[in-house]
Amino acid sequence: MADRNVLGNATPAVSRRDVLRAAGALGLSFLLPPLEARAANERGGRRQKSLVTIWLEGGASQLETWDPHPGTKIGGPTKAIATSIAGVQIADTFPAIAAELSTLSVVRSLVSKEGDHERGSYFLKTGYRPDPTLRHPSLGAILVNQLPNSSLVIPQHVAIGSSQWPPRGGFLGDQLDAFRVYDPGRDVPNLKAPVDVARQTRRVSNLEVVSKAFEQGRRMQVEKTLHQHTIERALEMMSSDQLRAFQIEGESRKLRDAYGESNFGRGCLVARRLVEAGVRAVEITLSGFDTHANNFNGHRDNARVLDPALATLVRDLRERDLWQSTVVLVIGEFGRSPAINPLDGRDHWPSGFSCVVGGGGLKSGLVIGATDPEGREKNPKDPVEVADLFATIFKTFGVDGAHEVITPIGRPMAFSSGKPIARLLA
Amino acid sequence: MATRRFSRLKSLGLPLVVVLAVCTLVAWAAHSPVDWRQVRPAGSARTTDFRSPSQPPAEIADAVHAVDGYFESTWKESGRKPAPSADELQVLRRLTLALCGTIPSLEEIRIFESNPAPDRLDQWTNRLLADSRFADYFAERLARSFVGNEMGQVVVFRRDRFSDWLRQQLTKNAPYDETVRQMISGTGLWTDHPATNYVTAAIANGELDENKLAGRTVRAFLGQRIDCAQCHDHPFAEWKQQQFQGLASMFGQATNSLVGIEDRPRRDYVVEDRKTLKKHVVEPAVPFHSEWLPGTGTRRERLAAWITHPDNRRFERATVNRIWGLMFGKAFHSPVDDLPDPPSAADRDLLDLLGADFRAHNCDLRRLIRVIAASRPYRLDSIGEEASVAAKAPAATKSAHSQSTDAADWNKSTEKAASASAADSADAASAADAWTSFPMTRLRPEQLIGAMLQARWVRTIDQNSHLFVRATRFFQENDFVKEYGDLGENELDERTGTISQALLRMNGKIAADALKADPLNASARLSTFAGSDASCLDGCYLVVLSRRPTPAESEYFLHQFADAGPKGRSQVVEDIFWSLFNSPEFSWNH
Repeated sequence: MADRNVLGNATPAVSRRDVLRAAGALGLSFLLPPLEARAANERGGRRQKSLVTIWLEGGASQLETWDPHPGTKIGGPTKAIATSIAGVQIADTFPAIAAELSTLSVVRSLVSKEGDHERGSYFLKTGYRPDPTLRHPSLGAILVNQLPNSSLVIPQHVAIGSSQWPPRGGFLGDQLDAFRVYDPGRDVPNLKAPVDVARQTRRVSNLEVVSKAFEQGRRMQVEKTLHQHTIERALEMMSSDQLRAFQIEGESRKLRDAYGESNFGRGCLVARRLVEAGVRAVEITLSGFDTHANNFNGHRDNARVLDPALATLVRDLRERDLWQSTVVLVIGEFGRSPAINPLDGRDHWPSGFSCVVGGGGLKSGLVIGATDPEGREKNPKDPVEVADLFATIFKTFGVDGAHEVITPIGRPMAFSSGKPIARLLA
Repeated sequence: MATRRFSRLKSLGLPLVVVLAVCTLVAWAAHSPVDWRQVRPAGSARTTDFRSPSQPPAEIADAVHAVDGYFESTWKESGRKPAPSADELQVLRRLTLALCGTIPSLEEIRIFESNPAPDRLDQWTNRLLADSRFADYFAERLARSFVGNEMGQVVVFRRDRFSDWLRQQLTKNAPYDETVRQMISGTGLWTDHPATNYVTAAIANGELDENKLAGRTVRAFLGQRIDCAQCHDHPFAEWKQQQFQGLASMFGQATNSLVGIEDRPRRDYVVEDRKTLKKHVVEPAVPFHSEWLPGTGTRRERLAAWITHPDNRRFERATVNRIWGLMFGKAFHSPVDDLPDPPSAADRDLLDLLGADFRAHNCDLRRLIRVIAASRPYRLDSIGEEASVAAKAPAATKSAHSQSTDAADWNKSTEKAASASAADSADAASAADAWTSFPMTRLRPEQLIGAMLQARWVRTIDQNSHLFVRATRFFQENDFVKEYGDLGENELDERTGTISQALLRMNGKIAADALKADPLNASARLSTFAGSDASCLDGCYLVVLSRRPTPAESEYFLHQFADAGPKGRSQVVEDIFWSLFNSPEFSWNH
């Protein structure tokens, strides 16, 4: 590791990573921060991987984020800055991410045929276009399904923020639907019993009596509902220490400020804590990218929130030695049109948009694909299919993307219909 | 001097008048129509004990007897015994859930029980069918099966207008085949001619998706899933891709213009081959019985006539299957929209039986509902463990489904429990397949919130309810459904609950509001006005579960009342409400 990173800040002589490792090795795990001991011990490449998806809801403009074309007609007033990847520029509203970009890769040539928000979101969350016969599971749901973490009583698939179409379990089952956290860092709603312990105990005993009466003559059917099982899991979760992963009071003021005091910033911090606790898939939504009007101001406002949060998340994961075991994907349902409309806005553009992906053992510092700076050519150079991107992520998780599952209608369906992108895999 | 006194009178009198008015209004609102003394205490005889099964009303008697006869012979053949008859209140609950999306109120239960007629359940069915809540709720359920759950492109698809139109059709009991024809072939602007929303719901990315319409139409109205054939010849069934394309071509001349949906008679339907990328024109064609296609009319009008042709048995079979599913919570044949080919005349099954009656009476949906509600399978209890025959193998779809979810369990103990009871549940499943007992099915989210909200009040929430009550219901329902999660288009699939839903039910605000001891709530009224502990307990059970407590439950809870004394009574009642709300009995239809 270099003594100074690209911004010229000195890295500490003894990193947090070393302290953690030492503490673990010396059996001093009680000195470690109060998290699940097992999860805290494993770090680096051997740790089970997690996925963090940053969902840019509304369709973020590639020209105002990761694929600017300054000085051209389509570029608008957006300026670009250099990044830590040589020769690569991104929009100047993202200075912090520009510094971290060498640990990530940029894909500038994603292609899709879905220009509608609902259909586009479905496509970019599941890797499949909407189908009337069945509901596909989202990327996170598949990962949880294939790589369950049996030591967790908190949900393994979490969606932070207020997304209109949260990731679902689809034909793999509703229990894989993402657990919603609307206000990260504050108390997760519905987790506290509204009465004291004595009354809660009485309530639970009451429930047993009522359930028993109903079970007379219906035992198998009632068991099949898994109703009691679900309630028990819920009660377990309500009293679990693992819930602390949702709270941020224990984090330093400095770190919380680095993430930003926004819903999204806090969401990214909670996401890091969840990943640290062993949660398999977390999605954090930032909305407001559907700028059919006032595109440049809209994106500038969002960048003010996205830039510090994402950069801090990447840095934080790296410092805690979680970077090799966490895939971070920053993506939206489509991009925005090169042509600027009369309302100073940009419209939907699925044929050539961007995403940022990195960590989890993926190659860093790559830029794949390019869009036409003149905006004449609709299709990008070196197009990347969404299914291929997902197949790549499956590959790095060790999940066989081509594995077929028999869906409830009898139709076989692979996790991904694409092929992994060899360039992105280390 | 006089004016000063007058002004003092005014400044004193006016607030006093206002206060009096408010007190009067609140007292009037809080007035309970239910006389607590008339709620029968626990331990009294069940209302239907030893009452002989009633005769169905004359106008549907033939059909009901035919259905009952059909089941009696299938039960005899398979050697299975049907479950005993359900308590009438249980049937009342089923009817209210299926037709109005909620549970019976205490007020309704009292009215029902005070009717001594032996056919009071049939009378109540008619009453519910005439209630505006039926039209509202059933319209929404049918809309879901026609256009799914998606919101579509907002500007061209007005779901609210579509539901509203369906509601009107239901209210005036329009013949169902006419309704279907209007949906398939309607023209005009989707705001003025709301039936066209059926077509505009399939507009995506600015264009009409004929494939989606073809697949959806055949699923919803003929009960066949041919969507696989969109891309290749169907792997299991006889459908060929060419047949699918022919059907899609039926929608090929429909376009969205300034005057709404219209048909362009000279337009060709062009399809691009997925492999060769060559384009060719596809002529409109139906996959079988092309003689049912009329000679004249637009393509869509001809398709509509073909689908609803009097000889097209698939139409009534699909309709009966779906209505059966909406009433029972489980379709007669699952999946609800993928039926096997109609059997030959010698092997006519239940769908044909009810279907023929349906057609003979001008596709009368209400009649169909009344026949189903009066039939024996609908009146059976949901107890189902007297399998006297070896378990049949579960249907292919069921085993496939469990295969795909076996890796999904987060907790190993679930897997163990599942495998241990696999044989038994297969048994119970086949009992449900034979309809020897009423199936247990999970309530839809809106039914659950409807039930929770109704259980909060003693009076029925309906057109006549105070605006305040209905507004509360509207907002709470939408929030809850959003958090609870919509089940989606395939609402008759079996699903288990999630932990989030359990948390919402146990700790959520709506649940907490529903049971807390606030003056207008049922729980408070019961605890304050119900007189004896036993009648209070009865009231709790009737309000939430539509039944009276068993002796074991009574004994357990009456102890709590005794221990708590009059001061702790409201808390005891709240805790009872909580456990009733969170019991499997409440969340499931049975």
